[in-house]
Amino acid sequence: MRIAIASGKGGTGKTTVAIHLYQYLSKLLDDQIQLIDCDVEEPNDLLFIPDAVNIYENTVFTMVPEIDTAQCTFCKKCSDWCEFNAITLVKNLEFAEINKDLCHSCGACSLACEFGAIREYKNPIGTISGYKTTFGTGITEGRLRIGSSMQTSLIRELKKQTASNTVLQILDAPPGTSCPVVETVSGAAYVILVTEPTPFGLYDLKLTVDLLNNLKIPFGVIVNKAGLGNNAVYAYLAANNIELIGEIPFSKEYAESYSKGALLNNVPEELENIYLKTAERLLEVTGIKK
Amino acid sequence: MKTIITSTGNNLQSVFDPRFGRAGWFCVYDRESNSTNFIENSFKNVNGGAGTKTSEMAAELGANQVISGDFGPKARTMLEKFKIQMVILEDEGLSVQDIIDRINKN
Ligand code: SF4
Ligand code: SF4
Repeated sequence: MRIAIASGKGGTGKTTVAIHLYQYLSKLLDDQIQLIDCDVEEPNDLLFIPDAVNIYENTVFTMVPEIDTAQCTFCKKCSDWCEFNAITLVKNLEFAEINKDLCHSCGACSLACEFGAIREYKNPIGTISGYKTTFGTGITEGRLRIGSSMQTSLIRELKKQTASNTVLQILDAPPGTSCPVVETVSGAAYVILVTEPTPFGLYDLKLTVDLLNNLKIPFGVIVNKAGLGNNAVYAYLAANNIELIGEIPFSKEYAESYSKGALLNNVPEELENIYLKTAERLLEVTGIKK
Repeated sequence: MKTIITSTGNNLQSVFDPRFGRAGWFCVYDRESNSTNFIENSFKNVNGGAGTKTSEMAAELGANQVISGDFGPKARTMLEKFKIQMVILEDEGLSVQDIIDRINKN
């Protein structure tokens, strides 16, 4: 089973919520839980778990086509078929090129070409790495190659990486509401939206709520940094019948300890109880058995 | 020598369009014959690749030079490959005719 953690934008503390849930759900679920960092442009879950040990790293490839100008008749059929404007052909200059950052590796151009002028080669789009942690079944991280626009393909691969003995996967989604977020949450049984109780937080939350309603994926909200801002977010949740899974209070001292990367080992007891309660509530609303 | 001037409309009175990839129209001006020809930019609303595709269009039209207000990184790379000179003009609300007059004065 998969649960995704998303937020309308960056800076809501989604990462810290994700790694704490990973820790406390591990306690409740007998360590049979895996965390997958799907924020492939800026993965940072591991930054907070300095004792994680790398066990593998694989490069992920997509097939990218290339045009052989000696065979090409410049009929343009391939570029008519390419939905992503990745193919540039200029007959009078004998110029034929495929932009690998625009190409989505759909394979249409190879099918279109009747002159055998297109062949495909492997293009690296990023890496997937697995880490062992002292609790849970481990953390899997995807990291996009800089300049690549294949976030969605990398995330799709990432979702297939199930560590052994895992009953629950937590997917830490990228910020925002674009395609990589949709790819992360699709197929998830439940989505946790992390928000902060500020007007900006509420605005972004509404966008993500609309997205999930369209995708028909059940979700609930965790309010992070509770105590800051105002009460508008609670009014909104009540008015729209949205489940409030938990509230994580803002703690200045604790915020300082995670800027030092020293999280999880010195969680204040009060916060620990709140996270445990939140984790239990999450199991209740998703129907996962302990 | 052919120069493309990015334009918001399809005639000489139209105002200069400061965008390249998202320009509404291309005015192809041929200095030898002193003739102009307006071509609509069919890529102005595409999701991605506008810069690449408009550069391709410029090359197919046989342009040696493009006058616009701004060239994105993809357009720049392509136009360099095609050896098409890029001229950046500040947006002062000039018409295409004004720009042609300037070219001829120089
Ligand atoms: S594989 Fe698809 S996206 Fe890539 S160039 Fe060919 S048609 Fe375009
Ligand atoms: S379909 Fe084949 S022959 Fe036609 S332009 Fe594309 S690569 Fe060249």
